[in-house]
Amino acid sequence: MALTGIEIFKLLPKTNCKECGFPTCLAFAMALASGKAELDKCPYVSDEVREKLAEASAPPIRPVKIGMKEGAKTIGGETVMFRHEKTFFNPTLIAGLVTTAEADGSVDKKLDTFMKLQYDRVGLLLRPELIAVQDADGDAGKFAALVKKVIDKTDAGLILCSDKADVVKAGAEAAAERKPLIGVATPDNADAFGALAKEMGLPLIAKAEGYEALADLATKLTGMGLKDLVLDSGSRSLKQALQDQVVIRRAALGPKFRPFGFPTITCPCQMTDDPMMEALYASVFIAKYGGIVVLSDLDAAVVFPLLLERLNIFTDPQKPMIMSQGIYEINNPGPDSPVAVTTNFALTYFIVSGEIEGSKVPCWLLIQDTEGLSVMTAWAAGKFSGDTVAMFVKKSGIMDKTKTRTIIIPGYAAGISGDLEEELPDWKVLIGPREASHIPAFLKNL
Amino acid sequence: MAFEIPKQIYSGAIKPVTIGKGAKAITLGGETSYPFYVFEGAMPNKPRVAMEVWDKNPGEDWAAPALEPFKDVAGDPVAWAQKCIKDYGAEAIALILVSTDPNGDNASPESAAATAKKVAEAIDVPLIVYGTSNVEKDAEVLKAVAEACDGFQLTIGPVQDKNYKQIGAAALGYNHTLIANSPIDVNLAKQLNILLGQLGVKDSHILVDPTTGGLGYGLEYSYSVMERDRMAALTQEDEKLQLPIINYLGQEVWKVKECKQTNEEAPQLGDQTKRGILMEAITAVDLLLAGGDLLIMRHPEAVKLTKSLIQELAG
Repeated sequence: MALTGIEIFKLLPKTNCKECGFPTCLAFAMALASGKAELDKCPYVSDEVREKLAEASAPPIRPVKIGMKEGAKTIGGETVMFRHEKTFFNPTLIAGLVTTAEADGSVDKKLDTFMKLQYDRVGLLLRPELIAVQDADGDAGKFAALVKKVIDKTDAGLILCSDKADVVKAGAEAAAERKPLIGVATPDNADAFGALAKEMGLPLIAKAEGYEALADLATKLTGMGLKDLVLDSGSRSLKQALQDQVVIRRAALGPKFRPFGFPTITCPCQMTDDPMMEALYASVFIAKYGGIVVLSDLDAAVVFPLLLERLNIFTDPQKPMIMSQGIYEINNPGPDSPVAVTTNFALTYFIVSGEIEGSKVPCWLLIQDTEGLSVMTAWAAGKFSGDTVAMFVKKSGIMDKTKTRTIIIPGYAAGISGDLEEELPDWKVLIGPREASHIPAFLKNL
Repeated sequence: MAFEIPKQIYSGAIKPVTIGKGAKAITLGGETSYPFYVFEGAMPNKPRVAMEVWDKNPGEDWAAPALEPFKDVAGDPVAWAQKCIKDYGAEAIALILVSTDPNGDNASPESAAATAKKVAEAIDVPLIVYGTSNVEKDAEVLKAVAEACDGFQLTIGPVQDKNYKQIGAAALGYNHTLIANSPIDVNLAKQLNILLGQLGVKDSHILVDPTTGGLGYGLEYSYSVMERDRMAALTQEDEKLQLPIINYLGQEVWKVKECKQTNEEAPQLGDQTKRGILMEAITAVDLLLAGGDLLIMRHPEAVKLTKSLIQELAG
């Protein structure tokens, strides 16, 4: 059974030495209890206590890191089955597949595309993170050369896959500084792969069909001293694969079944030849517990929707997504273009800016910081009032950019128009529509 | 190593609701586990997909790839509905009365009712009729539709807490099923179902519309509200939430910038048609996984993909 923060605290040195990175032993104990810190960070805890705490303090699903050129990405570390129960912490990583059987041209194109698939949204960078390199014929030299190519041409994190440990070793040596995820360890080759992963200090994919075989394999590998595993349940039919994702997470979180306390890898690339269905399979695993999804190709029309889905699923439901306060230029506005103002709830911004963009009418959109509240809530909370909007308009700098002195306010905030006119005597206040979908018609009739 | 699947205990089930009539009537609901968790429960009635038909030509309101398949029938809702059934195997039709929007064409309740009746007469699959979410106008329009389509057993909505009495009474009088719509909130959804019950509407005649957000534009809110709704219905015996869920996603997905941008405008987003289809189909996947029983979708290819996925997961 997991210990509480206070129970853990009692076992710590209580010296508040800060060497663990936390200000006090109590803070460290709390972080341990919620799975956000590791006991190894405390240099002074005794072996006896260490053993006692290790079991209790380990997060139910181990966070596993995969290196990219810059930094590392984490998978696993999840604590709930449903995002509304807390949040999902570590977004599913998206991987594109290249193999040693593939023509150079095809590989080059994928690697090239990989670097281009980068999108900015709410200040976040949306992109695929990984390239999976698959050995097709057991040629270690060819495999290492392909790995080298991926490293030279991309900043990707790598997954190195073969059924032969010596082939993977050649690739892992070529990719050593990226800290790749290696595999695939199966019940047949577990000794060789376990030894390789241990020797090189790399995370390892453990694959076996059937829950008992997978649990046995994971137990064997952890018994060899490995800590960072990624589980592949082997199922390549959607129905069974979904069940496996649910069962593995549930077993890890509920009864704390340790052999399943690891993130998973899913392989839509091996489940169908139809790229559209492959995309849908990937979307199932992004929603339902895949740590990694491996796609056979990297096509923007497939990857972009999956990135949006991932953003939605992994957004913290406890915090509203917000935009930074400021002036947003839509459709290249000039000094005579209208000025509109709304709140900084990201969804409000997306919908309003999307409608203005769709109208093709050039417009200055002022986004006011309302702590992420939508128009009606911000208005009700007094954060979007005549006073606050006027103050924001004055200091936003919009008066230097435009000669227009007409400002459009959201229909739901119509009540502030009187106050706003008083505060901004040079401006004419127009009440916009209540629904964003009526914005284009409104702008076109100005 | 011995391993036993840790089972979720379910104490409730979703009540079945049948829409339409005759041989092509569809029964929704009946689930006894979380969506598609068929290893620990039953999903006797697979989720279904209805195809979206507008009562006016959407013209430029629709992204070109979405309008393309319907170019020859747009503006003729009867022909459009028939094409959905004949060419794309639609199991149900959702007629959206866009023309009645008071901020748009502001068509009269009578003309909308006449259109609905014509479509109802021309098809044999269940007909869903959606208003424009304008509380006052929908009350008039859906009342007129309910009356004109007496005997067709339509599914009409959205019914909101501010117009449930008018529309509810009309549906009761003419034996239609209602779509109870609330703004992304489990308690408000429950409250509206209770109000409809007090009016005399039976659970067998209510679908829940939790308000649907599209991919990248609020989908996560709908997703979590639906998951909470299912959790309450299936594990906390919250009887007033044990009703099938309907999601109108076609419009929510296709209206956004990323679906409307052409290949020239957004080459970095890949092919517009494929992108839009996948944005719609992936939204559908998430809604299905969260508990959707009936989806109203737009693009025939997205419909086809979604049906295949349902078949694989529940089949």
